[in-house]
Amino acid sequence: MEYFLQQLINGITLGSIYGLIAIGYTMVYGIVGMINFAHGDIFMVGSFLALIVFLSVLALGVSSIPLILVIVLIAAMVLASVYGWAIERIAYRPLRGSFRLAPLITAIGMSIVLQNFVQLVQGARVKPLPPQITGGFKLMEHDGFTVNLSYVQIIIVLTTVVLMIIFSLLIAKTPLGRAQRSCEQDAKMAALLGINVDRTISTTFVIGAALAAVAGVMYLLYYGVIDFYIGFVAGVKAFTAAVLGGIGSLPGAMLGGLLIGLIETFWSAYFSIEYKDVAAFSILAIVLIFLPSGLLGRPEVEKV
Amino acid sequence: MSTKEPLLSVRGVQTYYGKIIALKGVDVDVHQGEIVTIIGANGAGKSTLMMTICGNPRARTGTITYNGIDITNMPTFEIMRMSIAQSPEGRRIFPRMSVLENLQMGAATIGYENFDADLQRMFELFPILRKRQSQRGGTLSGGEQQMLAIARALMSRPKLLMLDEPSLGLAPLIVKQIFEVVADLNKTQGLTVCLVEQNAYHALKLAHRGYVMVNGLITMSGTGKELLESEEVRAAYLEGGKH
Repeated sequence: MEYFLQQLINGITLGSIYGLIAIGYTMVYGIVGMINFAHGDIFMVGSFLALIVFLSVLALGVSSIPLILVIVLIAAMVLASVYGWAIERIAYRPLRGSFRLAPLITAIGMSIVLQNFVQLVQGARVKPLPPQITGGFKLMEHDGFTVNLSYVQIIIVLTTVVLMIIFSLLIAKTPLGRAQRSCEQDAKMAALLGINVDRTISTTFVIGAALAAVAGVMYLLYYGVIDFYIGFVAGVKAFTAAVLGGIGSLPGAMLGGLLIGLIETFWSAYFSIEYKDVAAFSILAIVLIFLPSGLLGRPEVEKV
Repeated sequence: MSTKEPLLSVRGVQTYYGKIIALKGVDVDVHQGEIVTIIGANGAGKSTLMMTICGNPRARTGTITYNGIDITNMPTFEIMRMSIAQSPEGRRIFPRMSVLENLQMGAATIGYENFDADLQRMFELFPILRKRQSQRGGTLSGGEQQMLAIARALMSRPKLLMLDEPSLGLAPLIVKQIFEVVADLNKTQGLTVCLVEQNAYHALKLAHRGYVMVNGLITMSGTGKELLESEEVRAAYLEGGKH
């Protein structure tokens, strides 16, 4: 029981990180109908930016951890947004209206560019960040096994929940969110209503990148080591999460992320850690056989 | 009316879809306060003309002037911010947005200061929309969607309203209701209307002036009454059709 509870906590933490990344995949897919394979690398860039800002702020002598966290989060979000915006501008917008595979190819290209860029400027070795936030709560102790809930885990889950609430409200209630959804449903009509479709698409990339950067900060805090390659694996997992939840569906991405995190954690805990990826992808395959549009994806039929 | 500069003026416009020519040099004028209709058969290029005025697709040659400003090469969203509104072919209601959200989208260009008053006005014009407010656009019937499309266009307080086949596929009673609303808005508020129709009889009865379009060219023009009485129009668009 204690073991199960501990794994549940770990799984939810990991799932939060995947969920934040998955939102970027699903939003971009919804609005331009392409898989932005560079998104995982935006997450990686976000974690590097976080590391750089973290160390710079520490070097400047700021010692209040909450203040540092806020600065790091905001800085990483803003800087990663610039990357997200630039990628759309350089690699995707010129190809709008061209054949469907073209932006997919440039997306893979951008992914490679980002990885190599970071490898070049930051080196290929893993970068550590000494644990900044230590400690936590001991929830239970039984037969020598303690259930820990660390402060980092609390921060990760809380930040994710808060961001997801803000983000859901933004999409559901504000003019910006409406413009975003209108472009997703019928871009031609949105333009006929005076919506600047190009700018709306840029905004989507910016929001996706900012959320991925938050995930990058969380990853850095949680694991303490990053390298230029983390974007690939995390990206594939988050993409899987988005498909599992139903690509194009925002609640689906959050749910999918959580599920993938839990599946992975529980599989490693109870079976074998080597096959945790196999488990996650198997569940995806099984779900897609029975629910081809994912768990919360909308069915294709729409009354016109 | 004819001495003043027209509100919308289309001059020698040619539009292509790839290599296929859809408009072969079209001249159309719409004056302030007029209802102008463009009638023609399927595939004549009527909807293409409406969309070309809105910049999508773009005219390859010729000029389109609105309110004295050359809008030929403006991006669509900028044209639509100049108090032009279109209820396009196929209605294009956002299917996964509520009726209310669809109307909010209509007001996107002018902001939301007068939104509530405008909304009430739409509900008076089309009472069924009030009942359907929170329903998703995709679940409305064809007639309801058409009313919503027109209401959505009106939410931006346009000077020029462009309607593309508002009668398509609708019951005669609903067509009558929609046309009455258009006539009323024109009379009471001086709304300028550009109406594309296959339903020539109703359209010509409603309009001050009309154009006949055949194969991407304007072949005839005149007042609604003249066209209704013209032999060619009767033979091609009215006989055996709607009476």
